[in-house]
Amino acid sequence: MEFIKPDININFVGNRKWAFLLSGSLILATIVLLVWRGGPNYGVDFTGGVLVQVRLDQPHSPAEIKDALRSINLQDSIIQQFGEKSASEYLIRVRKTNVELTGLSDRIKSALISSFGKGVDIRRVEMVGPKVGKDLRQKALFAIFYAILFIAIYISGRFELKWIMSGVMALSLAAVVYLTSSFGVSVTWLIIIALLVTLGLCWFLNLKYALGAIIALIHDVTITIGAFALTDREISLAIIAAFLTLVGYSLNDTIIVFDRIRENARRFRRRPFKEVMNESINETLSRTILTSSTTLVVVAALFVLGGGVIHDFAFAMLVGIVVGTYSSIFVASPVLLIWERKLEGKPRRARTGEKNKVRVKST
Amino acid sequence: MSKNLGIRAGIVALVIIVALIYLVPSLTKNLPPWWSNVLPKDKIHLGLDLQGGIHLNLEVEAIKAVESNVERVTEELKPDLRKSKIRYLELKRLSNDTIVLKLMRDEDVAPFLEMFRANYPDFDPGTASYEEGKPVFHVTLLSKARERIMKMAVDQALETIRNRIDQFGVSEPDIRPGEGNRILIELPGIKDPKRAIALIGKTALLEFKLVDEDHSVDEALKGHIPPGDEILYETSIDRKTGQRSRIPFLLEKRTLLTGEYITDARVQIDSRYNEPYVSLSFDSRGARLFENITGQNIKKRLAIVLDNKVYSAPVIQDKISGGRAQITGRFSMDEARDLAIVLRAGALPAPVKILEERSVGPSLGKDSIQKGFRSAIIGGILVVLFMALYYGLSGIIADAALVLNVILIGSGLAFFGATLTLPGIAGIILTIGMSVDANVLIFERIREELRLGKTPRASIEGGYGKALVTILDANVTTLIAALVLFQFGTGPVRGFAVTLSIGIIASLFTAIFVTRVVFDYLYTVKRMKKISI
Repeated sequence: MEFIKPDININFVGNRKWAFLLSGSLILATIVLLVWRGGPNYGVDFTGGVLVQVRLDQPHSPAEIKDALRSINLQDSIIQQFGEKSASEYLIRVRKTNVELTGLSDRIKSALISSFGKGVDIRRVEMVGPKVGKDLRQKALFAIFYAILFIAIYISGRFELKWIMSGVMALSLAAVVYLTSSFGVSVTWLIIIALLVTLGLCWFLNLKYALGAIIALIHDVTITIGAFALTDREISLAIIAAFLTLVGYSLNDTIIVFDRIRENARRFRRRPFKEVMNESINETLSRTILTSSTTLVVVAALFVLGGGVIHDFAFAMLVGIVVGTYSSIFVASPVLLIWERKLEGKPRRARTGEKNKVRVKST
Repeated sequence: MSKNLGIRAGIVALVIIVALIYLVPSLTKNLPPWWSNVLPKDKIHLGLDLQGGIHLNLEVEAIKAVESNVERVTEELKPDLRKSKIRYLELKRLSNDTIVLKLMRDEDVAPFLEMFRANYPDFDPGTASYEEGKPVFHVTLLSKARERIMKMAVDQALETIRNRIDQFGVSEPDIRPGEGNRILIELPGIKDPKRAIALIGKTALLEFKLVDEDHSVDEALKGHIPPGDEILYETSIDRKTGQRSRIPFLLEKRTLLTGEYITDARVQIDSRYNEPYVSLSFDSRGARLFENITGQNIKKRLAIVLDNKVYSAPVIQDKISGGRAQITGRFSMDEARDLAIVLRAGALPAPVKILEERSVGPSLGKDSIQKGFRSAIIGGILVVLFMALYYGLSGIIADAALVLNVILIGSGLAFFGATLTLPGIAGIILTIGMSVDANVLIFERIREELRLGKTPRASIEGGYGKALVTILDANVTTLIAALVLFQFGTGPVRGFAVTLSIGIIASLFTAIFVTRVVFDYLYTVKRMKKISI
């Protein structure tokens, strides 16, 4: 059986402007959405607070539950139906950190019992103090950052044999992070600065494959965060794990395409890079689509059947896989092309030599 | 290639056998007795989110231990100064590590310094400054001693909590120091998290103090608290109406006896009211102290104070020797039992604060396992069917590798004693999707080679050869992400990282090594002419 015919030749690279337009507007939409909402919707893991999952023996509306919580001054907590409609399970989120968090779940339970009678079952409690919330937030951001950094180093080393260059990048980045953190910059900004510096370093140290991969990764994570903001889902610790996994996954795809580009670029030295790239993407297209769909199938099964606790996690993976597959075709590779343009701008002897050959051939 | 085929097939068979041996204990409830004697019997460890339980992150407020140490030294200084005939105007704790001492006479400065340096090496008396002509010392705790006290407080708290949990009876508790002054506690399978938390978090500082009956409580409540006194409350709940009431007591601040001399505490039932109470036994030193205290204060009221709450304040009828006392206070049976546990295990050297609490009820955990496995099986079946349809016989070979992969993940978890969490199940599901990736890559390459007109054997050779580098590159990056996750993660996330890492490594083995053995067997030994791919 074959879905993708071997002689397929779609002009991916030629249509990259449309792809850039699409990606650009999605990222822009994410940023606008985030600014409008005042930042990502962090869960209690990161803000501090209490999350209580409760099962009642009869369905009640969120408004009724809010009323029940009025007696303990928690009427402004967020109430959400959880899982299937028939289960009458609810999530109660308290983001206040100025109330005493210890024992809050007990107070919630007794407030609910006094309103709805017995049959209140507390199934899950997550209480995170403000201090721990801040710690976790920092750890999570650093984790994403380090994952991207290590991956950049690995790619540069593997693809361009520039282990020393990637070492230089790692060291200068460590220096930048150390310097900025000594000025007391908040972690979010620290990471943004560090990512920009990473991109800059990739550019100046001529680490083009790493540059393409990192841009694709940032693209994927940003759009997934956007999807979370759009559907009003919370970013919890498990979601960060999902982000990191999709960083690994999206890279998987990107590397397979890059690998083919590298292989073909060696084989067809005389053909324009653009053509080689397009051919490579087409050659790996069958694999890209197959793997993405098998992964998508299992994650979709998890999304539909996995139950409430894992629902958002599966959602992140679902969006991430779609976006990651798209980005390895339409984002990561075209970035390499921009690179070629940069080299054309300041010709070197080796490049001009190669170009002359091309010209000779075309005449 | 076919020469070492036997060896490779042997390796595969060996791995399968070992994997199954490690997996069996997790699949069955009752292992035959001969099995547990010779073979591994460890089950896959389920995370708290799957089996229910609580995770706590506590902070020992170690600075309070420093404070009480300095407070105690302040008290100890008084008799020492008296003994050395040094007269002072003022002596009190100023901040959590400083004592201020104002001497009366200038000529006492030298003897004071001599006495102090000899007896209190942990403190720096500094030099005297003068206030209205009187020498004043700001005595500070040395930072080294301060560190030591704080560290000791955390160690001791850890030990005490471990003791309490042991006596409470939890199977497989995990209690370990966290960063800084933190303690991480995981208690799987706890039915009543509230009670466990109360037991762990109680400071359990037991003090015996005299009730000040010379002054009126009402006056004190208006703000005129006599010097050296304090107001503490007794909370009582009316059994019939359930109403809480707070009774104030005016107590002397001075603690006559603490719980540190307790050797045993047991629950006993009062025969008259059929109510449980806790009976205490003191060691010989505590018994002597208790005898003195009761002997000197006959007809006065002695308050039993636990964590600044008055439990009872009986009138001392007679001198009590023998070192026994009892705490009554309308306890329920569970309350009395828990109180006995904390008194036996000893007080925490400093209060603890709960920074993070996650508890999952056992029913939710069961739900999660069920749903997780159901989606894994359905997703897995879909992938298996798809591969078989798309790649024919080769797809079936890949499917076999996939099944083996899942077995390897399971046995890997058991072998490393890793914890399976709900995100971990998601990790397995993800690996099911991704592990066929390696085979897809190889098969697509083989198809390409076949299209170039190569023989099946050469195509297989070429397909595997060319795809190998790509597969390694792609998986190393995912492995990097998983390792970073492991570093930063806690609990469920860590479980996910471990599962994902084991999955990646297992899938490299099954998708590359195992399938190759099968292919080589079919096309070099059996000499099949056509590839079904």
